[in-house]
Order: sequence, then structure tokens, then C-alpha cells
Amino acid sequence: MKYAYFPGCSAESTARDMHQSTLAVAQSLGTQLVEPKGWTCCGATAGHQTDRVLAVALSAATLAKVKDLGLDLVVNCAACYNRMKVANHEVATNPQVRAKVAQAIGRDYDGSVKIRHFLEVLLEDVGIEKIAGALRGSLAGMKVASYYGCLLVRPHDVTGFDDPENPTSLDQLVTAMGGTALEWPHKTECCGGGLSMSRTDVVVTLTDNIVGMAKAAGAECIAVSCPMCQINLDMRQLDVAKIKGRNHDVPVLYITQLLGLCLGIPAGQLGLNKLMISPERIVKAVVAA
Amino acid sequence: MAITISKNKASRGIAKRVRELTGVDLSACYQCRKCTSGCPVSGMAKCTPAEMMRRLHLDQGDDLLDSDLLWMCVSCETCSARCPMGIDVAAVMDALRKIALERGAAQGEGNVPLFNRAFLKTVEVFGRSYDIAMIAAYKLGSRKLMADTEKFPTMLKKRKIALLPPTGADRKAVRRIFKKTKENKAADT
Repeated sequence: MKYAYFPGCSAESTARDMHQSTLAVAQSLGTQLVEPKGWTCCGATAGHQTDRVLAVALSAATLAKVKDLGLDLVVNCAACYNRMKVANHEVATNPQVRAKVAQAIGRDYDGSVKIRHFLEVLLEDVGIEKIAGALRGSLAGMKVASYYGCLLVRPHDVTGFDDPENPTSLDQLVTAMGGTALEWPHKTECCGGGLSMSRTDVVVTLTDNIVGMAKAAGAECIAVSCPMCQINLDMRQLDVAKIKGRNHDVPVLYITQLLGLCLGIPAGQLGLNKLMISPERIVKAVVAA
Repeated sequence: MAITISKNKASRGIAKRVRELTGVDLSACYQCRKCTSGCPVSGMAKCTPAEMMRRLHLDQGDDLLDSDLLWMCVSCETCSARCPMGIDVAAVMDALRKIALERGAAQGEGNVPLFNRAFLKTVEVFGRSYDIAMIAAYKLGSRKLMADTEKFPTMLKKRKIALLPPTGADRKAVRRIFKKTKENKAADT
């Protein structure tokens, strides 16, 4: 299976661990990911909060490049995935936006590139049976809170990802790895996303709510699939401890890091040293299957 | 929820402009407040999403654009997802932010517009976002020089943040997008 792969800007900075572990897991499962040459930023939250056409054009520039490759596009960053899907939707349904975007990127783009989240590829194309068969380690009952955040599931008529209120994609993988997927209420609550620097107070409060709830549900770690969710829930726990005096100490791992561990990929290739809350006890808890 | 609208303030057509920008039928909102129940920041802001919709019904003027919710909104889209009338409340918020920027309204604590400008500037220059430059520009502009500095040594040690600017992006394509969007905007007004 061969796909175009959009790493997203974070993959080169704060989410190198997501990028590394995605590539390692894809390789281990026989999935080929090809970066489109010259890919550019999707525009992120700053783009759509500033100007609709700018936001759509930024995503469409890369999508047009992918169209030339004739491959489906795999995105692992939930934020990029969201912006790309919205861009496709906008040009496909709004002729005015499509015309303005064509002017901005210098060619017409029709919104036809199929965009898949890496989780969708894992569950729909590779399949849970094949993944389960490839596992060499087990989470041995570890209690994992799967956290999806906003951007995978909303707006649902555009992303079409899983169930908008109770998604289970991550949970299915956790269960396949021998972990206990927790039922908990904050799966799709927002972490504050791009407000991490500008309204740190908001993000610290939301992180406290989410991680506090995961802990109350008995979570030993939180599994995520978005660089913004990861850095907010992980790094902002330090601020929750400092400001609110609550030391949750719950490691926040990318699902690809957990999968990588269970696929027998060495921890060093999964970027686990990048986490602010040490995942050491999680790494140690993985046993041979 | 009591809303006071001062009569002596002209509306300046904010509701009309929101309708133009989003295509949303504002009158479809019947104030059930499901958007507000799910909003992660409505408990922290002075205003709620349902109240913003009501203010638009009443065609409130500039006061609407000074609402702290505009820049506390985390764009999580829970409001849009749960609206029983299918109103894209998040798109309404995006439109209000755009109008606020156009009209030079208050930018609120934390200065999100400055952050957005700093972020997009690095994209315009490098074709991809460049965290260190964006953080520096935002810190200088917001005078929040000391925020998060205690985390930097650990982040650098872990190489959690890239020091060098991104390479490999089609910078020419991105510069063209910014240029054309600015020209478009100038033509619109």
C-alpha cells in the first residue's frame, strides 16, 4: 500500500516524535508513505481565524501537488487533517471560493484528493487483524484513556471520522494491544489547541479538566493522535502542578508510540524521550506477547 | 441572560456582513443554548456563544466585536457540531474575528491576533511554520518575555523544538498565496 504523506509543520519541530513513530509503524506494517515534494503549511488555526480564502488556499496548494501524484493523502496531525478536509469541502461546494483559491495558487483545484487520517489507514486498510498478528508486545491490561480532541471528529459532515461524540478508533487499537480502553467522558473535549501561548490560562484549565478526568477514570496514560493535544496535555501538566497545585503525572503518548512499542520497535526510534512527563513506566510495562 | 444594547451605537451592519461571509441564516437560532453547554470556554468568558447569536439578532454594533469570547474561542467547533438547527456557529465566530480585525476592535487579553500574525508571517517567509521565530515575535509584541522560559532548557535538551528554520517547502507558492489574498482583500473593500 502506497500513500502520499503530509507530515505537517509540527513534524519538524515539536512533534518529531509523532512523525518518527508514524514512519516506524508504517514501515513495520508494510505501508509506504511518500512526502509530496515542497509541501507547505496547511494554515492551521491562525489561517482560518484570519481569512477563509487564505486558509483554504494554503491547504489547497499542497493538495494540488498531491493530485499530480495520483495517490491518497495520509495525514497524521489531526489539525492538518481537519484543515485539508475543510479545504476539499470548500472548493468542492463553493464555486466562488474555488475561483479565488485558483487565483491564489495559480491553478484550479477541484477538491478530489482523498484525505485519510493515519488511524483510518490502520483500521480500514491494514486492518485490526493484521495489526494484532504483527504485535510482539502487549500492554498487559494497562488502562489507557483514548483522547481524540476536536479536529478529527468536527465538523463531522466534513471529516466523516468515526463517531462524533463517542469515537472508538484509538480504543480499538488499545484493545488489540492488550490494553484496557477506558470509558470516560472527555474523549472529544477541547484542550485549547492553538491558544497554548496566547491564552495559556485557558489551556491550563482545560488540560487540568481533561487529564484530571482521565486520572479519575483510572488512566495510566493517555493516547492521542494530534500534536496540539499531545503538547498541551503533556507540557501544560507542569503548569497545572505549578498554578493549581495538582500533580497529575499522567504520560501522554501518541498512539503510534504505543503501537511501535508493541510492534517491537526500539523505544529510541519512537521519540519517547521527547515527552515532558516521563513515559518510562509505560515503556517498562509493555511485556512480550 | 440579560443583554443591554445601547441605542446610540450604530450597528454598522455587522449581522449583515456575518451573513455575507458565512451564508449562515442567523434567524434559525432559537436560543436553546446547546452551543453554550458544550463550549469549553463559555464558563471562563464574559459572554457565551448563544449570547453572541442573540446580539447578532438584535443587530448590536461595535460592542459585539469587543467581546472577550471572540479571542477565547478555541475553534473546537463543538457549538457547530451540536446545534440542532445546523448553524455553523464556529464559522460565525471566524467571521466576527475577521470583522473585528478589519475594524480595529479590541484584541483582548493574550492578543490572539498578534499570535496569528506571528505564526502566518513565518509561513509566508519559510513556507512552513517556524516555532522559534514565531515565539520570539509573539513574545516581543505581547511583552510576555518570561512566559514558559523555565521549560526551554528541557525542551532544548530534548530537542523538542527545532532551532533551524524549515527547509524544503515550496516558498514561492506560499508567497504567491499571501500576495494574491492581500490583493483580493484590497479589491473587496
